[in-house]
Amino acid sequence: MQVKLNGEIRQIPDGLTVGGLLGHLGVKAERVAVEVNETVVTKDRYASYHIGPGDSVEIVAFVGGG
Amino acid sequence: MAQDTWSVGGRTFSSRLLVGTGKYQDFPTMKRALAGSGAELVTVAVRRLDLSKKGAESLLQWIPEGMTLLPNTAACFTADEAVRTARLGRELEMGNVVKLAVIGDRRILFPDVEELLKAARALVKEGFTVLPYTTDEPVTAQKLEDAGCGAVMALGASIGSGLGIRNAYNLRIIMETAKVPVLVDAGVGTASDASLAMELGAVAVLMNTAIAEAKDPVLMAEAMRDAVAAGRKAFLAGRIPMKLHAAASSPMTGLVGS
Repeated sequence: MQVKLNGEIRQIPDGLTVGGLLGHLGVKAERVAVEVNETVVTKDRYASYHIGPGDSVEIVAFVGGG
Repeated sequence: MAQDTWSVGGRTFSSRLLVGTGKYQDFPTMKRALAGSGAELVTVAVRRLDLSKKGAESLLQWIPEGMTLLPNTAACFTADEAVRTARLGRELEMGNVVKLAVIGDRRILFPDVEELLKAARALVKEGFTVLPYTTDEPVTAQKLEDAGCGAVMALGASIGSGLGIRNAYNLRIIMETAKVPVLVDAGVGTASDASLAMELGAVAVLMNTAIAEAKDPVLMAEAMRDAVAAGRKAFLAGRIPMKLHAAASSPMTGLVGS
């Protein structure tokens, strides 16, 4: 299915959960935060929250800043 | 001197220097500078993960153990963006303290105080301890305090400018009025700027560029640690009033031949 991932259109396998998407991307879940359609998905919902076609997903992490 | 601490968001700190993690040439230098600063609170930014780079999420392993992360909303230009970013920062940090920045102008990076207040009110309502980066303007500082912010962080000068404390009188007015901690955030260029901020009565000082872009960031971090501590002691000790004329230190009587 097609989703918007960090601002870019990407194809990802159908029916992925947030946790599944992070695994698919090889991202360590404990180091990131995830937003789907502008709402934070908390870590306790990674396994149950299913991403749908057309969803806008943001995966963020801490970077250096002042 | 008895233990001299300050508190915000239910946590107590003994270091009065807060440092950022941006602009360092490399992570090992940053790590040594952070350690040298003695800071307990370090600011970090929230950004999209670079999905093309393995290990792009690795900043955290270069922050010395025991330091508390303070997520910021830097580079947000609207209250909505800042609120979204603060929520993501909370999810990353699992804490509820945020350095709230809502920028109004790219060239001078001054806050948009209208959007800042809007974001502050929204985040306070969501249970955040909001530490807003604001102007050196007393009425706005008061409004932020009234909005329920946990502290007020007034700028000394533009972010990264190194111009130091440009309006000591305004800062003093903010400090004498506020009932929440007042920090000086941004503008510090060198150690004397940090001392001056503390001498004025700031509870703490937050800086990034002055350390990260110094020729020797580790040495500058140590200088800032000492400057903040010295300025704090001078504030507590109580400086003498400024006088137009001299006041002799040695007796003016009993001179030989008198």
